[in-house]
Amino acid sequence: MATFHFELVAPERVLYSGEVDAVLLPGTEGEMTVLPGHAPVMTALKTGFIVITDKQNHGTRMLVRGGFADITASGLTVLAERALDATELTPESIDREILHVEMLRDASHDQAARDAAEATIAELREAKAALQY
Amino acid sequence: MPSLKDLRNRIASVKATQKITKAMQMVAAAKLRRAQAAAEAARPYAERMSQVLSNLAGRLTPGPETPRLLAGTGSDRVHLLIVCTAERGLCGAFNSAIARLAREHATRLMSEGKTVKIFCVGKKGHDILRRQFPDQIIDFVELRSVRVLGFEHADMIAKKVLERFEAGEFDVATLFYSRFKSVISQIPTAQQIVPAEIGGNGGAATDAVYDYEPSENEILETLLPRNLTVQIFRALLENAASEQGARMTAMDNATRNAGDMIRRQTLTYNRTRQAMITKELIEIISGAEAL
Repeated sequence: MATFHFELVAPERVLYSGEVDAVLLPGTEGEMTVLPGHAPVMTALKTGFIVITDKQNHGTRMLVRGGFADITASGLTVLAERALDATELTPESIDREILHVEMLRDASHDQAARDAAEATIAELREAKAALQY
Repeated sequence: MPSLKDLRNRIASVKATQKITKAMQMVAAAKLRRAQAAAEAARPYAERMSQVLSNLAGRLTPGPETPRLLAGTGSDRVHLLIVCTAERGLCGAFNSAIARLAREHATRLMSEGKTVKIFCVGKKGHDILRRQFPDQIIDFVELRSVRVLGFEHADMIAKKVLERFEAGEFDVATLFYSRFKSVISQIPTAQQIVPAEIGGNGGAATDAVYDYEPSENEILETLLPRNLTVQIFRALLENAASEQGARMTAMDNATRNAGDMIRRQTLTYNRTRQAMITKELIEIISGAEAL
């Protein structure tokens, strides 16, 4: 099966870099799966899981919070605002993220920013629930 | 001629200084390793970011819709200089090199009749620039209490800069920091961040139709402030690594100088001591002969 180059980078580090079969992205306009030979797309991401299929039937889940995905002919690059790697992905670590966003929300006075934070919290709760399965 | 006691005291004091500089050098070496790793880990993100941005901007046709962070305000009258320096001294010419670059830049702009505003990040640069530009400094961020530089600190600085940009307080922003080349070489750098500088035309090769989700401008509007944060973050990390590198070299020099001084002083001390012994012997002998 054909593969393509995928890179997941967070501001502090590179979380994933390598050849993959497919990647599921949580786009702001809906989830999308990127397969080799995908048309060039640039999309913003919301909070959710990225599912990387690097071998047949073997997926790795990572949590991203906001960012961008850039699909070009040479591969897929995800620039995540914050990201949690598969090994760090536990209900507790998501709780910490929720706490972090809640603090941001309480610190800001801008209504739009508060709404955005609320949405993120809801998405994180959803992610936490999804993790239990 | 200093007495023996004076010399002994002097040697002891230089030895104490040497111990301090030696310890500082080792601390800087340990911190350098961490700072360097952090700077290197952050590089891919900044690189990808500017790649994506140049991809995007290369394909974009400038219009009235283009965000001002990319296109500029249409004038270049008011310049904002963001000067990033260290919080602590004793690191050789590190702080003064950045400050000098910023100062030259500011004087040149002012002689061209432009308005200059200065945003200081780090206490040392603020101390240096305050003397010459007391009225130009409009803001000052101290990161003294920060133990580990995080993305949120860069975000905080970027927010302040953006607020001022939205309020129309400046047209062009330039970031001053020290690029970490190696332990012994740090290069003071000026980088224009507003309007965003698009390095090379990376996207020229792909004529393929690009899809944007959501629209092109909406993406640019979130991407550009992010790019600002990322550039500041990278500057802070490079600065942190440079600072430790500069301190390590400076302290290594200081330790070596102290060693030289101790050697010289010990020589004088021993010579004086021997001279005194000889003098006492001569006194005893000549005293015995006189009897």
